[in-house]
Amino acid sequence: MVHCDVSLTADRAEESRPKAGRAMHRRLRRRKALSYHAMLLPGVVLTFIFCYIPMFGLTMAFQNFVPSKGLFGDQTWVGWQNLTFLFSLPEIGRIFRNTLVLAVSKNVIGIILPVIIAIMMSELRHTGIRKGVQTIVYLPHFLSWVIIATMMTDMLSPVDGAVNRLLGVFGIDPIYFLGDPDIFPLTMIVSDQWKEAGYGSIVYLAAIMGIDTTLYEAAKMDGANKMRQVWHVTLPGMRGIVMLMVMLAIGNVLNGGFDQVYNLLNNQVKETGEILDTFIYELAFGRTRNYSLSAMAGLFKSVVSFVLISTGYFLSYKFANYQLF
Amino acid sequence: MKGNKIRKMHRYSAGYWVNMALLILMALACLLPLLNMLATSLSDKASVNAGEVLLIPHGLTFDAYKYVLEKQEMWRAMLVTVERVLLGVTLNVALCVLCAYPLSKTTHDFRSRTAYAWFFFFTILFSGGTVPWFFLISSFGMLDTIWALVIPGAVPVFSVVLLLNFFRQLPKELCEAAEIDGANEWIIMLRIYVPTSLPSIATITLFAFVYHWNSWFDGMLLMNQPENMPLQTYIQAILLQSNSDFYKYQGMAGYGAMNEKTFKAAQVIVSIIPVLIVYPFVQKFFTQGIVMGSVKE
Repeated sequence: MVHCDVSLTADRAEESRPKAGRAMHRRLRRRKALSYHAMLLPGVVLTFIFCYIPMFGLTMAFQNFVPSKGLFGDQTWVGWQNLTFLFSLPEIGRIFRNTLVLAVSKNVIGIILPVIIAIMMSELRHTGIRKGVQTIVYLPHFLSWVIIATMMTDMLSPVDGAVNRLLGVFGIDPIYFLGDPDIFPLTMIVSDQWKEAGYGSIVYLAAIMGIDTTLYEAAKMDGANKMRQVWHVTLPGMRGIVMLMVMLAIGNVLNGGFDQVYNLLNNQVKETGEILDTFIYELAFGRTRNYSLSAMAGLFKSVVSFVLISTGYFLSYKFANYQLF
Repeated sequence: MKGNKIRKMHRYSAGYWVNMALLILMALACLLPLLNMLATSLSDKASVNAGEVLLIPHGLTFDAYKYVLEKQEMWRAMLVTVERVLLGVTLNVALCVLCAYPLSKTTHDFRSRTAYAWFFFFTILFSGGTVPWFFLISSFGMLDTIWALVIPGAVPVFSVVLLLNFFRQLPKELCEAAEIDGANEWIIMLRIYVPTSLPSIATITLFAFVYHWNSWFDGMLLMNQPENMPLQTYIQAILLQSNSDFYKYQGMAGYGAMNEKTFKAAQVIVSIIPVLIVYPFVQKFFTQGIVMGSVKE
């Protein structure tokens, strides 16, 4: 307070006009800030209700939750019992293994393939064809997994599916893409790429477009052929964005892809196909209706994901100076 | 002129043509399954069951479409989806603009910005999961109302980020000039920022549209009555859970017939047509919008 007074008198002693200006400026800034708070209010309230309250609702993981008593009602507390029970389940090991296999391979291929597609597209000089290809390969991203799963069950059927009929022409026996536990994960990975690889190439293509063309001229002068130009100019030019995408992908390690797997999973392939997310769903809304156990599995996933996602963002901030906000 | 063109053609190496061929193959791989669905939906049942249809319809017929479009349930589901799209997209875009504009200010202009940014950012890092979320919505009495599909996802954080990064790149002079003319923040946001950011707004509108059009999980969880289900949930229930409890619901008896391949295909086509119509118009914008939103100076 005293300090403030001193500085004010000092101001007045020097000049009076800037002081009045500053006061007005401050008032203006306060009025602006008020508008900003008002603009943010609806978004903040809704986010608080639908994102933050469920976080507090995770307390049900430590209860024996009975829906009729309400979310924050008078429930019986059971401590860590749900966690120990969860990890004593015989299928839990294979569920984690399936989740990791699907998540890691989807994310690794999900970076490599889009990078390759982007490089290939950037080399295409026929703009008409390039635009056509772009339009088509971005499209599957906008279809839902419900629709794609429907198409897949139809087309991949071992009896009369189009794919197996085509394979039959080459004398290949019908493959049970969705019914063979050894093949099911591969089917998931490939169909995921079918949907997302084209769309994923957008950011990489943009990075390539941003590379200084004189670098290519210089490389050509040095006698570099196309392959060497890609290796020495294009790839180094994409290093930043690829690093960023790798770091941000860290957070996906427990995301096996619920929408896809849930719609294609069946009893024959549960052994290799069931993932953490479908398991969490089944615990709560399947036959068992064990809400607390499901919430505990969800809490476990959220905590691990929290560490992983934070690590990803921290690394990308540290090394790529990336800030989401 | 002609000679010039020929010489130009020769400049492309064999590798170039291989590259082009591979890309075209890739595009075909994306397109052919959809064409197969279209052909199946337009063929008669016998040819489909005999496995004769690949890309060209056999025994051209619109019976499947007639059957699908005569189903009252289909229209009801479509109506629910249209309703949620209209409400949801409006709400999403409005809230995105309202959140992105103040967040695009520097901390110098808006001191609480950091706190708000962390508030939103934390929702990306940690989530409460489906179960508490479900019971929260259920405790509001929102189950089986359209609001359950619209309100919980009203603030799409990544779209907010996309838009705020675009807002940041707009020249500050725009703002200052308007301030001198006496415009307040609301006017600056609505009259200056929104009109100059149309590519980005088109992008987040497309995302909101696709999100609402394609969502099926919330409909499955939050809608108990079949007549409240949006289109994707309805398709999911009918096409994929053919032998489940679903048919025990009232009014859903006799839906086994919908499992015919041609009907399935017709439903798939009907449900993706709106996306196919909207998509080409905004394609130019979303590539731009994504790039501008994700690449920062």
